[in-house]
Amino acid sequence: MEIIICAAIVGGIGLILSIALVLASKFLAVKQDETFTKVRACLPGANCGACGYSGCDGYAQALASGQTDKTNLCVPGADAVSKALSDTLGTEFCDVIEQVAVVNCVGTCNVAKKPVELGGLQSCAAASLLPTSADGCAYGCLGLGDCAAVCPENAICLDNGIAHIDTRKCIGCGLCMRTCPRKVISLIADVEQTIVACSNKEKGAVTRLKCTSGGIGCGKCERNCPSGAIKVVNNLAHINHDLCDGCDKCAAGCPVGCIIKSDFSGYHRFK
Amino acid sequence: MLKLITVMMAAAVVNNCVLSQTYGICPFLGVSKKSDQALGMSVAVIFVMLMSTAVTWPIQTYVLDALNLGYMQTIVFILVIAALVQLVEIVLKKYIPALHASLGVYLPLITTNCAVLGVTVDNIKNGLGFGEAMFNALGCGLGFMLAMLMFAGVRSRIEDADPPKCFRGLPITLIAASIVALSFLGFAGLFS
Repeated sequence: MEIIICAAIVGGIGLILSIALVLASKFLAVKQDETFTKVRACLPGANCGACGYSGCDGYAQALASGQTDKTNLCVPGADAVSKALSDTLGTEFCDVIEQVAVVNCVGTCNVAKKPVELGGLQSCAAASLLPTSADGCAYGCLGLGDCAAVCPENAICLDNGIAHIDTRKCIGCGLCMRTCPRKVISLIADVEQTIVACSNKEKGAVTRLKCTSGGIGCGKCERNCPSGAIKVVNNLAHINHDLCDGCDKCAAGCPVGCIIKSDFSGYHRFK
Repeated sequence: MLKLITVMMAAAVVNNCVLSQTYGICPFLGVSKKSDQALGMSVAVIFVMLMSTAVTWPIQTYVLDALNLGYMQTIVFILVIAALVQLVEIVLKKYIPALHASLGVYLPLITTNCAVLGVTVDNIKNGLGFGEAMFNALGCGLGFMLAMLMFAGVRSRIEDADPPKCFRGLPITLIAASIVALSFLGFAGLFS
């Protein structure tokens, strides 16, 4: 009996208070900016920050108040969100350049000597602060998974000493790229493309000692490329994706196999 | 009347809720960067304290005690305080949107501000009458405001100071808070 009284009393107080709150919110309601509400409803709500604002609310605020008219900043939302935003705001549709993150390193445990063995805390940020031993690559993936920890979509897994990004899950928010202390991860447009999977800027002979898949700066790719898209700068090949026609001659000819051609059109195609 | 003022002063300075009883440290450290924000937060807290005392005291006396449900005190009080904070938020959003925007996330945090719950529970625990309880709540709120404003002043000095690198940010703020709290020890035993 007592428990029923108790429940009734607490429930009754709750009921009275909730009625009061409902009345208050009805009579004291503030007309929220309608544009803001509509714009916010178009955004995915992941608060990843890829748009450069503090979150979906921040971006919606900026759009609603006219601080920006770019409706294509939401990379994870891709064309669908850009379309919805431009419809809501009555602006012209802007195509979103969808992006995926790629790891510019193929230095697995089989081919590369890892610079540090870290006991205790497994963190790239900590490992990158330690002095590298002479025989380890100071540019490659540390493989301790700071990127995997920040990834909101669990798209990154660690295998054999380096990070792998599942492009079917990657939404292109760039959190991993900003987290990586070695700057090994970069964002590229999500189409089938050829990338340089090495970040080492040392001379070929030095790189060779540390990693058998490391770029040695031989320039074969630069010579092989029919469209002049590859330039070797600081012993590292760079591909200009505007010029690259995807002929694959660089990847086929690379003596160490650090140029790879992959299909990066994942998540956004399936959506 | 003298009794009421004594209760209020004792709550404001001697048993200052932040600096002597370490209630409400979250807003004390979080919103004390600028004195105008600190003032706004304090006014909101005073308002919530008074309102929640005005509601919880009768509930405790005429409902919970009368039905021997004293053990439900914490839950019922938190319920009431949470609802009142929602109300304050709605009112602020309507009438003082600038303050609402500047308080931001700290306003809903008054819900979990233990100073508010502490005051309402202490009122009952110390067996205060309704009038005394209201003055105690007012005094406690004023004490909160005093602490916030003093500390906002201290923090603006810290901004200009150049502490060693390892102390910058929160560490030096906590040390400053401890020194400010130490100064309130001087009031101990003044009233009551």
